[in-house]
Amino acid sequence: MRSLLSILFEPGFFASGPVRLAAVVGGAAAIVSAVVGVFTVIRGQSFAGHAMADISSAGGAASFLLGINPLLGFLGMGALAACSMELVRVDRASERDLVTGIMTGAGLGLAALFLYLDVTSKSTTGAAVTVMFGSMFAIPASIIPLALVVGFGSLFAVAVLYRPLLLCSLDAALAAARGVPVRLVGLLHLIVLAAAVALSAITVGAILSTALLIGPASIALQFARRPGLAILFAVVIGVATTWGGILVAYDSYNWTSGHGWPVSFCIVALIFAAYIITGRPRRTFARRILSADPPDVQTIG
Amino acid sequence: MLDDFMVNTWISASMIAVVAGVVGLFVVIRGSSFAAHALPLGAFSGGAAASVLGISPLIGLLAFSGLGVAGISQLGRRGRHEVATALSLVMLLGLGALFLSMTTEYSQTVYALLFGEVLGVSSGDLIPVAAGSGVSIALTVMLYRPLLLSSLSPELAEARGVSARRMELLFLTVVALTTAMALPVVGALLVFSLMVGPASAARAVTNQPLRAMLFSAAISVVTVWASIALSFVSNWPIGFFVGALGALAYGLGRTSAWAAVVRP
Repeated sequence: MRSLLSILFEPGFFASGPVRLAAVVGGAAAIVSAVVGVFTVIRGQSFAGHAMADISSAGGAASFLLGINPLLGFLGMGALAACSMELVRVDRASERDLVTGIMTGAGLGLAALFLYLDVTSKSTTGAAVTVMFGSMFAIPASIIPLALVVGFGSLFAVAVLYRPLLLCSLDAALAAARGVPVRLVGLLHLIVLAAAVALSAITVGAILSTALLIGPASIALQFARRPGLAILFAVVIGVATTWGGILVAYDSYNWTSGHGWPVSFCIVALIFAAYIITGRPRRTFARRILSADPPDVQTIG
Repeated sequence: MLDDFMVNTWISASMIAVVAGVVGLFVVIRGSSFAAHALPLGAFSGGAAASVLGISPLIGLLAFSGLGVAGISQLGRRGRHEVATALSLVMLLGLGALFLSMTTEYSQTVYALLFGEVLGVSSGDLIPVAAGSGVSIALTVMLYRPLLLSSLSPELAEARGVSARRMELLFLTVVALTTAMALPVVGALLVFSLMVGPASAARAVTNQPLRAMLFSAAISVVTVWASIALSFVSNWPIGFFVGALGALAYGLGRTSAWAAVVRP
């Protein structure tokens, strides 16, 4: 038994400080992303979820320049993007994607500018890589208190919004008829989304932030029969793939002669494999949701 | 700005701008901006893979954008398209992170592939760009009628024997080809801005598809020229100008469309 365990967990896995920190921070990012992600997938806003990561990285690049807490930069830019996406009134789901696309282009342009200014004024050439890809094993200690506040705040906001948000996501017309302020709920959801994405983008990088947001939620929605269960499954899947990925990355150091695989690759590969494996056609709550077109939330309101 | 070493930049950027404007109009009409964003970003990993394997970057870019097309269309059969797109994108980027961790050319390569390297275009680089542009334009012209029909009314197209799924696959292939060709010159993030910004502005101005296509190509070329000039003068990255001008074009297009509605 002991030898079996040591095959699975390379010696020193549990004793390593960076691994412990990565497991805690990555796990927290996975939980927040999974909860918010279920609503994002149901509402058909995967693109917005991914765009937030790209756009908020411009805030990250700006914070290097201004010398402020990078999480504040990420959050500020994310909130700005959320508000402007909701302010541009659009009538169709495809037009909504277009606005998201334009915002992403502009945001990435800003990121390019700030990164360039970072490089010329502060000579931090690594900024581009840090901002775009993040590094789970190099999380600055200064952001942890604020990250905890943002993480708990997002979960709390989802708990408060749960029923109206679900109603708006599934049937906007019914929600409007019952007097739910559909647009306000949509805006609040985007702000929570921005906060969750900013949090995961800075801790685990932009790639993983999209993977953790969309992956576990869409896997869970493939077989969960109720939205509450889907959230629970998504959280479990998110945490399991994150920890599994960290373990694989740690172990891979011995597989390929001293070259460790990046954590982000390992986690993404696990999520992707899980999505493929669980994706057999079945009639569930999720099949109905996932096969339908995204609801035209904007037409009412 | 008009020195000899800039000539190749102007030529290649203009070709890419025309193709991006034309293909971009269909991206906008079909509402597939997420795919148009994901394919270049995923193909970017192919550049990293090529540098590890020591092959031509163009092959890596083509292979990875092909993988992206396969992922989006295969996964898209089961669930929502955007979930399929998001998952294909992160998988390709994950592979990119793996390949990048194996090379020594780290941040500089990433930066150039993401944000473009317009100033270093050699005469040899022009050939693949010209060939890619030619093929993309030819495919778009060939597909023009069925693609337009399938984009505007999938049901009517199906009734006439145009398979929506095949059109989607062909269209994504054209986007992937455009991407692979344009990426080394203008960067993964710029390709996308060029495809979406000018086309959306053109679409807001006119409803007539052929005219919209011409507008889109023209706005795209003007955007690129202005961006190169501004970037040359200010020394700021060209990506910033393309992104900002694209958003500006869209804003102006929406405003003028709105003004046309308000004015009787």
